[in-house]
Amino acid sequence: MSDWNLLTLVGADRPGIVSRVTRVLYQSGCNLGEASMIRLGGNFTIMLMVSGGGTDEKVLGALAPVAEELGLRVHLDPLGGGLHQHLVPNYQVRVMGADRAGIVADVTEILANQGFNILELESDVAGGHERPIYIMNIQGYSDRTLESLTDALAVLAGRDVSVDVSPVDVMIG
Amino acid sequence: MAILDILRLPDPRLKQVSEPVTLFDQELRDFVADLEETRLAGPAAVGIAAPQVGRFQRLVILDLSGRPKTPNHGHLVLVNPEIVHWEGYAMGREGCLSVPDYTGNVIRATQIRLKTQDPEGVEREYEMEGFEARAVQHELDHLDGLLFVDRVVSRRTDLYRRKVYKS
Repeated sequence: MSDWNLLTLVGADRPGIVSRVTRVLYQSGCNLGEASMIRLGGNFTIMLMVSGGGTDEKVLGALAPVAEELGLRVHLDPLGGGLHQHLVPNYQVRVMGADRAGIVADVTEILANQGFNILELESDVAGGHERPIYIMNIQGYSDRTLESLTDALAVLAGRDVSVDVSPVDVMIG
Repeated sequence: MAILDILRLPDPRLKQVSEPVTLFDQELRDFVADLEETRLAGPAAVGIAAPQVGRFQRLVILDLSGRPKTPNHGHLVLVNPEIVHWEGYAMGREGCLSVPDYTGNVIRATQIRLKTQDPEGVEREYEMEGFEARAVQHELDHLDGLLFVDRVVSRRTDLYRRKVYKS
């Protein structure tokens, strides 16, 4: 069993969340691994690999005062895997269209059928309240050709969604 | 011939600025052979710079001959190279022999003009674009003590298109 836990924290965004939380974790004897931290819809969200620091109860107990004070919801779950398991993406998919329900499901279903492994997906709603635009950027790995991916995604053009696939060329030097 | 040790982050020597090459002798040619052997021994690197093996001289090897679909000048040994003209910019993903297990997005010029010497000291000039231009900018950074991690930009800023739409 891996020594890592996934710590999830979510709360209304304000300055100082990361410093307060990570200071407590450090003082509790935790090590931090890979992390994703981002502001979503006015909230600050943290997903953080944490190891050490004793039992789950001890780590959660140490976090409780700061979570209470900053209004953060906290989860701590056991995590398989560990560090140094990066996969390098070979494709980037950019999606843009008038915001409507189902865009993500449509795009990712086609990608899944192409054996496409999503390594990272970021999406945002831009434009104004009147005419929102959905923008999504996916990086991932597939052993299919660019033509195969492009052809499979072409059906979406008829649904007013613009999709562009480009190779991600990693330059090692 | 020998495979040389590659300096890895956080080795402070990677921050060192390299000196120009002044002697174009057999010793230099032997070093180039060792540097090439070192490049080929690791993961598929298209380039390597002398300071990456602890020799702080302005010399890099670039080899895109394995990428026939990418415009390139094949195998190059660049001595005292200098970029004299930049144009355009694009984001692209890079990795480095000196920074194992990490890749990141970096903005680089898309077209450059390069003045350099070859291993015999002969002056040469190249126009480079795209992947080759990116590779040479990455390698030349090493000569000035810079790594691509010094230039990494947020992946999220890549949401917005930089290139002209196809069609």
